[in-house]
Amino acid sequence: MLTGLALLVLAAFSGAVFWAASRRAAGLARSPAAPVNSLPFHHGTYAAVWTAVPAALVLLVAALFGDPVETALVKAQLPAAVLALEASDRQVFLDDALAIARGGSRSETPYSPDLEAALRTAASDAHAIDVRVRLIGLGSAGVLALAGAAWGLSRIRAPFRARAGVEKWIQALLLFCSVTAVFTTVGIVASLVWESWRFFQAVPPLAFLFGMEWDPQSAMYADQVVSEGAFGAIPLFAGTFLIMLIAMMVAAPVGLFAAIYLSEYASGTSRAIIKPLLEILAGVPTVVYGFFAALTVGPLFRTGFNAVGAMLVGGPLNDLGLYLGEVQNQMALVAGVVMGVMLIPFVSSLSDDIINAVPQSLRDGSLAMGATQSETIRKVILPAALPGIMAAMLLAVSRAVGETMIVTMAAGLQARMTFNPLETVTTVTVQIVTLLTGDQEFDSPRTLSAFGLGLTLFVVTLLLNVIALRIVQKYQEQYD
Amino acid sequence: MTDVQSSPPPAEVATRISARGVRVFYGDKQALFDVDLDVPDRAVTALIGPSGCGKSTFLRCINRMNDTIPGARVEGTILLDGEDVNDRDLDPVLLRARVGMVFQKPNPFPKTIFENVAYGPRIHGLATSKSELDGVVEQALKRAGLWKEVSDRLDQPGTSLSGGQQQRLVIARAIAINPEVILMDEPCSALDPIATARIEELIDELRALYCIVIVTHSMAQAARVSQRTAFFHMGKLVETGLTSKIFTRPGDPRTQDYITGRFG
Amino acid sequence: MTEPGPSREDLKTTVARRLKARNAAERRFRLYGQVAIALALGFLVLLLGRIVQQGWSTFIDYRLTAQVYLDPSRIDRTDPGGANYDLLIAQQLLKQIGVADDENGTRSDAMKDLVSGDMGFQVLDRVKADPTLIGRTLTVSAPLKANAGLYFKGQVKRSTSEEERALSDAQIDWLDQMRAGGLVASGFNSTFFTRSDSTEPEQAGVLGAIVGSTLMLILTAALAIPIGVLAATFLEEFAPKNRWTDIVEVNINNLAAVPSIVYGLLGLAVFINWMHVPRSSPLVGGLVLALMALPTVIIATRSSLKAVPPSIREAALALGASRTQTVFHHVLPLALPGVMTGSILSLAHALGETAPLLMVGMVSFVPGVPDSLTSASTVLPVQIFIWENASERAFHERTAAAIMVLLAFMILMNLAAVLMRRRFERRW
Repeated sequence: MLTGLALLVLAAFSGAVFWAASRRAAGLARSPAAPVNSLPFHHGTYAAVWTAVPAALVLLVAALFGDPVETALVKAQLPAAVLALEASDRQVFLDDALAIARGGSRSETPYSPDLEAALRTAASDAHAIDVRVRLIGLGSAGVLALAGAAWGLSRIRAPFRARAGVEKWIQALLLFCSVTAVFTTVGIVASLVWESWRFFQAVPPLAFLFGMEWDPQSAMYADQVVSEGAFGAIPLFAGTFLIMLIAMMVAAPVGLFAAIYLSEYASGTSRAIIKPLLEILAGVPTVVYGFFAALTVGPLFRTGFNAVGAMLVGGPLNDLGLYLGEVQNQMALVAGVVMGVMLIPFVSSLSDDIINAVPQSLRDGSLAMGATQSETIRKVILPAALPGIMAAMLLAVSRAVGETMIVTMAAGLQARMTFNPLETVTTVTVQIVTLLTGDQEFDSPRTLSAFGLGLTLFVVTLLLNVIALRIVQKYQEQYD
Repeated sequence: MTDVQSSPPPAEVATRISARGVRVFYGDKQALFDVDLDVPDRAVTALIGPSGCGKSTFLRCINRMNDTIPGARVEGTILLDGEDVNDRDLDPVLLRARVGMVFQKPNPFPKTIFENVAYGPRIHGLATSKSELDGVVEQALKRAGLWKEVSDRLDQPGTSLSGGQQQRLVIARAIAINPEVILMDEPCSALDPIATARIEELIDELRALYCIVIVTHSMAQAARVSQRTAFFHMGKLVETGLTSKIFTRPGDPRTQDYITGRFG
Repeated sequence: MTEPGPSREDLKTTVARRLKARNAAERRFRLYGQVAIALALGFLVLLLGRIVQQGWSTFIDYRLTAQVYLDPSRIDRTDPGGANYDLLIAQQLLKQIGVADDENGTRSDAMKDLVSGDMGFQVLDRVKADPTLIGRTLTVSAPLKANAGLYFKGQVKRSTSEEERALSDAQIDWLDQMRAGGLVASGFNSTFFTRSDSTEPEQAGVLGAIVGSTLMLILTAALAIPIGVLAATFLEEFAPKNRWTDIVEVNINNLAAVPSIVYGLLGLAVFINWMHVPRSSPLVGGLVLALMALPTVIIATRSSLKAVPPSIREAALALGASRTQTVFHHVLPLALPGVMTGSILSLAHALGETAPLLMVGMVSFVPGVPDSLTSASTVLPVQIFIWENASERAFHERTAAAIMVLLAFMILMNLAAVLMRRRFERRW
């Protein structure tokens, strides 16, 4: 709250500077010496911005990095006796010292008399450092603010291009905002790579990417050597692939044909009604689809298969009947079908845009030759739209691979390598959720493996998106 | 460049297309008002007039391309060889196999040159063997005057040709199914003068085989290429007759004004 | 010229012959399209219909109104909290319907299972507030326990055998008697909207989740919209067209397609572990979702800016306005409707996101309403996820009801976006 208070004071000060600068600039305009370049408003803003922004930046840096800096300084001054302690005990000592220094409460750990004395010294050291760091922060902010005010006020002359100066600040702000998008990517890549690197210290990448057994539970007791073989991700890739395949078998034909109908056959009113309805389907959150899959589709399919199984038992397909009688709710088919339904509007909407982008002149040319509408679509429109449609399918695959909630709620946890849609499988995303929502110590290889999976997922979806983009770009020139 | 003479068609010329009382509505707006027109066979008939006068609209009635425009309504009779094209029992597919169309901007399909020309014969089932198809394609390209230039690269995409070549490709595509009528909607407006001249030569050769109706913005082109001319103005057919007569002694003052460039 | 090839008569007959098959193919093809649309819309109807069918009964609950005699021999004036109110209430209810308790008290235990613990809490609170009530009779009203409510809604049936049922025969009999005696009445389940999560289904509500979602969305909007709009403005209006801006553009398009769970991992690694933002708070949720919404806001803003014709910019520049003034005084205001529409849509999408929030810890049980950006909270979609995993049947209907609430919010937001687009969109 000290930072908050300081920021408020800074804001008030900047306001005052703005007012003073505007007054002075207005005074300039009255005297006929030279034409004034900028409005008083601009001069005022210019001065105020120079006052506020550098000082505010310093305050924010101090707020963000002040604590770690203090902690580091206090650590450096710890006596030998403390440094000799176990790492975790040392951490507790440090936390206590800092807590006392800041007026908080310490833990109940009992210390030996030497350590108690050391604790008190450390606490007072910490307090002194704390005060010093804060003073430095506030002081430099204050100095910068005053300097900025002086600078801004001194610039107030008729030919001075205050507006241009203010606009430079604005453009800097805009640039900064644009760069946040890049920061986000850097952040994602850095955090994934960093944590995965730590994971790969314990489990080699090859064992991870090509291992056939996924069983993190078995590898996890604190002093046990981590079994490399327990983190083979192939079964997860297989499960993800199977469910994605089922989903695309539902979404691709239905979505594509829906798009064809909407863009080529439907009347204006039908289109105006159907399109929004499909948008609704697209807007339903995936957790709702997951609920639907778990509590409606799963039991429905199971009952259906069990019934078919019951009919087959006792006949020539007896074994198949017995098998069908035993299938569970959580088969891959359920998650795949529901995911496919979720993807239908995605495929349909992208395909619709692509088909509409095919120039009308091609349609006219084909129809004028006596082709039926379906022939025109099949032989002229779709081949012309093919690159775009392929790209759309790749994007849908990317979506399917990264989807989490439907599979978490409808698929299972058993890592299994199979192409049988009636089996229970698990996917990469389900495992990431499972690994990170249990009780966790953050640093165990088990939780870090989630980052390894996350990195793989990120790379795969990125590749798919890049390929899709390339395909579209490569064939774009056709219509120019 | 020789002047393509507008010689009068042989005396005993059959009327291919006969339009009576044609009216076209786009929604509530009427675009054509009671057009009566006879189009002779084996000749080029030019439809001229200022922008928006309805000549393209009329052209598109002949092969029922107006059907593809939502909200368009066509009334009246258009007889092709005595059959009403607007008859409900007449399948537009059949009609359009007999009436080919060339558009303003060349629109070859994004397929190979061969496939472009073979498209019509394929969908209508006109060639029963590969060699027959090859023959049909070759003949169409020869008639369109394109064969020499593309015979060695039939598997190149149609879009790799120049503008003028593309338009000839489109013409080849249209004549590959041997239609009775070829409709051309300002076929040269997107082409440079040299390509235009080639197309006009081609049109003059083709009129020996087909009934050609051409919409054109350029009166000079109409004078060069056609034997009969019809002048449209604001949705009405104002005057029709021999090209030579229309351009030298038009009957209607509006025609006169248009020809002399008092409005355009 | 001669005419080799098919004659025109041949042409007509050949074409006419094939026409029937071709038209049949045309009709089939059209049918495929219609079937596809019907399937898609059918799924939609099935999905929504099923949710409503499962959830609507939540909005009705059955409440018990009982006369509770505060027996002074059972309640110690100096320690009112020590008394067993649930037992007291159960015994009195048995008496009211004329059933004697047995020696082991199994019947009063069974009766306890019919009434929500909320009733006992209400009595406790009132006695604590006013100890003079001891010895008097209170009228107290509270919901029935979840399974009892399910019986009245027809989901626990007499026809099921007793071992498989949640309620015993005796319990069902007592419920009927209490209903006949006028002690049980049905009404609107306001608990659902005034309470937060609870282990007891009949006391569980979505208030905490709604407040959490709202706080989080406000933060997301406050971060993503300004940054996104300003970023898009820079990229569209000021940035030079060079390799760097191309990279940034590709970057943004890729970010829009990154799976949401990866953003969750980012939030976990950076915000929680490095910056020590409190887990499960609207703050961290808002930060993660803001990063997710940012690319879509940027893309929507850019297309709105592109749609403003260059003539506007040229006119302003020709009058002597600077680039910055042109953009902020003329272009951006004209692009604003598209920007607002795109922002509302991306917020609506963020409202339904679950996976990244699971990563930042929102999966824990949060019984209260969050009071600040840093207190533990949950959001609607996560609440739905948690309840879906619950084993009690009564939670199924509540999950569906919570979905209905979520969908209602999303429909409202989408409607607002569409209305805004209709009202303010300019056609150039």
